[in-house]
Amino acid sequence: MTFDSAVAYRLHERVALRPEPFGALAYHYGNRRLNFLRAPELVALVESLDSYDSVRDAFDAADIDPGRWPSFEKALASLAASDFLVAEGIDP
Amino acid sequence: MTLIDNPRPDNLVLSPVKRSGLADQMKAGLDAPICLTWELTYACNLQCVHCLSSSGRRDPRELTTDECEAVIDELQRMQVFYINIGGGEPTVRKDFWHLVHYAVDHGVGVKFSTNGSGIDATVAEQLAHSDYVDVQISIDGADAETNDHVRGNGSFATAVEAMEHLRAAGFEGFKISVVMTRHNIAQVDDFRAMADRYGAQLRLTRFRPSGRGADSWDDLHPTDQQQRDLYHWLIDHPDVLTGDSFFHLSALGEALPGLNLCGAGRVVCLIDPIGDVYACPFVLHDEFLAGNVRDEGGFAQVWQQSDLFAELRQPQSAGACASCGHFDACQGGCMAAKFFTGIPLDGPDPECVLGHGEAAMDSVARASVGKDHSRTAVVIGRKPIG
Repeated sequence: MTFDSAVAYRLHERVALRPEPFGALAYHYGNRRLNFLRAPELVALVESLDSYDSVRDAFDAADIDPGRWPSFEKALASLAASDFLVAEGIDP
Repeated sequence: MTLIDNPRPDNLVLSPVKRSGLADQMKAGLDAPICLTWELTYACNLQCVHCLSSSGRRDPRELTTDECEAVIDELQRMQVFYINIGGGEPTVRKDFWHLVHYAVDHGVGVKFSTNGSGIDATVAEQLAHSDYVDVQISIDGADAETNDHVRGNGSFATAVEAMEHLRAAGFEGFKISVVMTRHNIAQVDDFRAMADRYGAQLRLTRFRPSGRGADSWDDLHPTDQQQRDLYHWLIDHPDVLTGDSFFHLSALGEALPGLNLCGAGRVVCLIDPIGDVYACPFVLHDEFLAGNVRDEGGFAQVWQQSDLFAELRQPQSAGACASCGHFDACQGGCMAAKFFTGIPLDGPDPECVLGHGEAAMDSVARASVGKDHSRTAVVIGRKPIG
């Protein structure tokens, strides 16, 4: 499924984040994959997703330079592709 | 800069690393390890000739169940996501399954390595129902003759039986782990076919001269040509797991997928059965002992404060390899391989693909070996053991 920033996403319930100086380590207990979230702002954005009705709303509320949005959106799409993020309404 | 790195699941693989400062951050160490190996016991029903921990007999000072639980509590606080449990044969510990469940219940996933002797149909069934537990079956030949030469008579049949149970129970994606030796490296395609047959994932790792591996090194370590063949095979099969252990081969050309640096004491460490913490699973020697989980401050204190780990996290000198144009690719190779072949830590890897290791080994005496837990003298191609 392609990533759609018009809908709401949240962190998969079986994903854990561990803060690190570069951002965070993310581990998925289901598929045993590890991801490196390489910006503190990305970690904050990911953690805020479930408070918004769409990814775009989360971006609007986040303190991220709009010039960097494309790279952040690419990162979210990559997380969704490896099942670290799930679209709202989808049962993981 | 990309914001995400997706390492492969079995290790700390980041690919490609060069484009980022992430490798430097890894070298400087993290607040908690990413990949922690915990040898639960030195007791083993086998006595493999290449055993990196010289296992056989149980150490009477082994951590108690309570002490193991305390370590797991600490790992949970440090957010160590998963641990690799080994031994010895970990399943011979009477509290093994209790500890596995205890870890999982505390958010610490488990992958354990076994020779298969503890995996019967019932156990396989239970394992198939737990997403938080992964199994790694050790096998060192694609046929009984090759395998049993290293692991002892009957050990191939035991491993196959365990894999049959796991397949029958529907456990998908368990690992088949093979240490690459001179005698099995030509069988890589057979191992891959075996993994496919069992719905398993193949994992190939490097043979190190650690533990009893120091004694079997001359007989087992791959030839130069075999290393080259393996390098090309790994480039062609990026889905095969390696624990990032062949980074010394990256000097042959394109970098293998992976971190391509030594993670010892930086993102990796080992806890042994009596709670000693070593820099990596292949250096069970006083020289690389950072502390003990029984010490004041426990494991976290050792990981975060030990002098040894602080030293390993300093930028390392390229030493004798500084003048070689390939140091960036191979990083001088494996610390353990150098140490146990008597090469200085800033010297070349004994299996340096450019041939610098041979010369270095000729000029030095081999280092002392680590601690020995063998039950009897172990010789290659021996008779069956009790």
